[in-house]
Amino acid sequence: MTDTAMTEVLAGEPNHHGYRTFQLGEFAFERDEYFAYVRWPTGTHTMSVDAFLRAAQRDVAWNFFYGTVNFDNVVGTVNHYGNVDLFAGSFNEAYRKAELDHLENFPHEQILGTFRSMLDDWTNEGFDPFAAPEETRTAWGDKSGNNTEAITRRRVTASRMVGVPGDEPIRTDETHPVNRMFADVDQSQPEIYAEPGFEDQVCAFNLFGYLSRSDVTWNPSIVSVCKDSLYCPTTEEYILPIIHGNDRVEWFVQLSDQIEWEVADKVTGKLRARVTMKAGDVAAMPADIRHQGYSPKRSMLLVWENGSAELPELIATGKAPTYPVDI
Amino acid sequence: MELGGVGLSTYVTKFGSLLDYEKGGVEAIDDDPRHYAFSNLFEVAAGSKPWEKVVVGKNQQYVLEVIRADGTSEWRTCAHDEFALVMDGVVEIDLVALDEAIVPSDKAGSVALGGEPAGRPAGRIVARRGHMALLPANAAYRLRADEPACILLQTIFGEDTVERWSEICQTV
Ligand SMILES: [Fe+2]
Repeated sequence: MTDTAMTEVLAGEPNHHGYRTFQLGEFAFERDEYFAYVRWPTGTHTMSVDAFLRAAQRDVAWNFFYGTVNFDNVVGTVNHYGNVDLFAGSFNEAYRKAELDHLENFPHEQILGTFRSMLDDWTNEGFDPFAAPEETRTAWGDKSGNNTEAITRRRVTASRMVGVPGDEPIRTDETHPVNRMFADVDQSQPEIYAEPGFEDQVCAFNLFGYLSRSDVTWNPSIVSVCKDSLYCPTTEEYILPIIHGNDRVEWFVQLSDQIEWEVADKVTGKLRARVTMKAGDVAAMPADIRHQGYSPKRSMLLVWENGSAELPELIATGKAPTYPVDI
Repeated sequence: MELGGVGLSTYVTKFGSLLDYEKGGVEAIDDDPRHYAFSNLFEVAAGSKPWEKVVVGKNQQYVLEVIRADGTSEWRTCAHDEFALVMDGVVEIDLVALDEAIVPSDKAGSVALGGEPAGRPAGRIVARRGHMALLPANAAYRLRADEPACILLQTIFGEDTVERWSEICQTV
């Protein structure tokens, strides 16, 4: 955390549960044993604190990601890449109609610093917001220690490909044991016969084995890069802790097992479709929707993003369509 | 799925293959299923000619191509990195460092060499299901699969990229 971010965090004294209250513009955040409370001038909102922390963890780890990260159907953030909107009710038809919605824009570092401090203060020892619920202790209760190591994991971002000399390393038993739900995944590495001098050109790795060793859920990380084309595979178990409303088209390739996606309108939140993806299925998520996934068994999902900085503008101004192809 | 408490479940990871895959789908509530361009890459490969490069994902100029690897491919080269993920079967990759780059640096997608590459061997990779290989920019590559295999290629739309969306995607 930078000193700049630290100085901008407005945190109160611990409440009688031991948790600090945080202020960001006209928003206030408070937690007790079970809930996180968000207050703004025209309303209040309550979330189960485990869900809140899992969502905040993704938002912080991803630097607010692409587009909208809805914590639920009321509260969330919109990334403008350098500055970030924090909103309540802005993408909820009922709040909008009642004019009780509220949105404020903050410099990236200010909201990031506040969210990081809040996540750290509110996460107790033993609770890992990145883990599947069955793999972690609970978020409940009065303040008891912290889990700073878990919540500040480094996000993998390969610059060419995992396994290329000098790039992100492959995962081994020492640092990344195979997950209990992927015990049957083949761990063999490809056979590589590089001529002397071509070791950085003749490269391959076992992606499925690599993913079977992921210690986090719903956390896309970059494994290969072709200009702005980014392979961001992730392992999924239980429910995506946020509802993602992308500012561009995003693609999914289901590599193993099965995920069900609930798809709703990005602006209103009204249901639009349910998408069931099995191993080998490929689907696009249009740029005008929000989506949340359900994975009954830990599964491998390849999230494919176009990281071009120009895309959000092209889509917002109608120069690029919200859906991927004309069929 | 087995019933029972912690420790009683046996987990089986389900991958697909050319001969054994299940397909999900889009259940539209208030939308057009075509907006999701939903396909299954094993189904696409099962219906493709060997080495045909069929797009299953497209985001502006970037594509995901499904390739039915079957026999020996022609030699190809590309001005940018490409990445081949083996989704089924075994694929051997021969790499040659070309004496000089054949395609202009701004050329998108790979091109066929139309013959043997002029250069020296850089190496060979044998990749199985789940393995991902770098096809480095400006190298020549040739792929081989003794049994039909399936590759997902991360690349850019090129002159040999094939689109047949209405055949491969769920439309209703
Ligand atoms: Fe997403």
